[in-house]
Amino acid sequence: MSGAHPPSDAFEELAMPLFDQLYNFAHWLTRNREEAEDLVQETYAKALKGFSSFQLGTNFRAWMYRILRNTFLTSRTGLKATMTVSLDPEEDGPELAECETPESILFGHSSRELLQSAIEALPVHFREILVLCDVEDMSYQEIAETLSIPIGTVMSRLSRARKTLRQRLRPETGPATAANARGTTREL
Amino acid sequence: MSCESWKAKLDPYLDGELAPDEMRAFDTHVPSCSSCAADALARVQIKRSMQAAGKRFAPSPEFRRRVQSTIATKPKRSFRPTWMFAAALSALAVAVVLSTYLGVQRSHRNQVYSEIADLHVAALASSSRVDVVSSDRHTVKPWFQGRIPFAFDLPEVQNSEFSLLGGRMTYLGQAPGAHLIYAVRKHEISVFVFQEGGLRSRWDDRSLARKELSFNIATWSQGGLRYFVIGDASAADINNLVKLFKGTSS
Repeated sequence: MSGAHPPSDAFEELAMPLFDQLYNFAHWLTRNREEAEDLVQETYAKALKGFSSFQLGTNFRAWMYRILRNTFLTSRTGLKATMTVSLDPEEDGPELAECETPESILFGHSSRELLQSAIEALPVHFREILVLCDVEDMSYQEIAETLSIPIGTVMSRLSRARKTLRQRLRPETGPATAANARGTTREL
Repeated sequence: MSCESWKAKLDPYLDGELAPDEMRAFDTHVPSCSSCAADALARVQIKRSMQAAGKRFAPSPEFRRRVQSTIATKPKRSFRPTWMFAAALSALAVAVVLSTYLGVQRSHRNQVYSEIADLHVAALASSSRVDVVSSDRHTVKPWFQGRIPFAFDLPEVQNSEFSLLGGRMTYLGQAPGAHLIYAVRKHEISVFVFQEGGLRSRWDDRSLARKELSFNIATWSQGGLRYFVIGDASAADINNLVKLFKGTSS
């Protein structure tokens, strides 16, 4: 194996297999095709430029996702999305679950569209962590690296994200809408 | 422990992120507690639906090409017009022969990919998936001595995200070979090694993982041996394992 840094021509070989999943993640963040394309393009340009600083043996996927996410957070849409702040302070470690009755959370025949609109309506910090864990199949450690947060925060944020999603999917609450997405958050 | 205390850890349990003793405690508790069992079922249903619903957006081929062209490091071949004309004529002349030949090769290659996928799935479904159970490459490699008619090197995976589960002997088209199983997070990946001469197909030697039969699979030739890496892990994971193997023998 070579030294700590990769040869410059390895970038394309490492980065292109991630293209589809990075684009999917970018679209979930931006909720817009054009902005997702701009975000992915900028991510690849930045990653290529900074590739010489990438340490071989560390997680390349988490590195690419971190660049994409940081680029998103400094974009106009990203800044707007993060202006929505959580009213509940995040604590390290999982929160205690409310004792939900199985009937109230049983997820019967919800359509894919219903679930997609419920995810789309979530605040961005919930949306991103759910996509990374359940869609991209990242471990908690990888998510922690990608989002630059401790594992305890990964667990508590995931727990809150899932609880919020379950609440939106309860039959009595009807289809998720952008309006009820702000259940635990408020716009500044 | 109360119902609430169990449920607080239900998500990390279903994500496979608890310590082994806690996982075992949950394995015992959940079937015996109707409330936790129903809750776990509901959460698994949402998690599974998320996996499908979340893969929603795909980039256009045109956009992919655009980005790839901005990061490509391989120089594009350029021909002078006379060469282009000659090349076009030659291409035309051999097109029919080549397409027939490639068609036969491709169908044979697809057949081998299917067999590799079958070997992978059959091993994972088996109750004794490996014959030599060890995460130590210095135990697994000598085990193959005398069992297969060649030797190969295994990479050191201590400092990587992969772990070696073990190995077994296998056959592909009557050629004996080695089958190694690695784990990465929740996925298991098979690595097959055969003698190049024992297999009759010709291969496209790009080792980057591609999608075949919904698995990611990569193949390359090195030192007279033909390697296959297959699994349901991401293409990036498959490529990382390929790199480790390539690094071992270089």
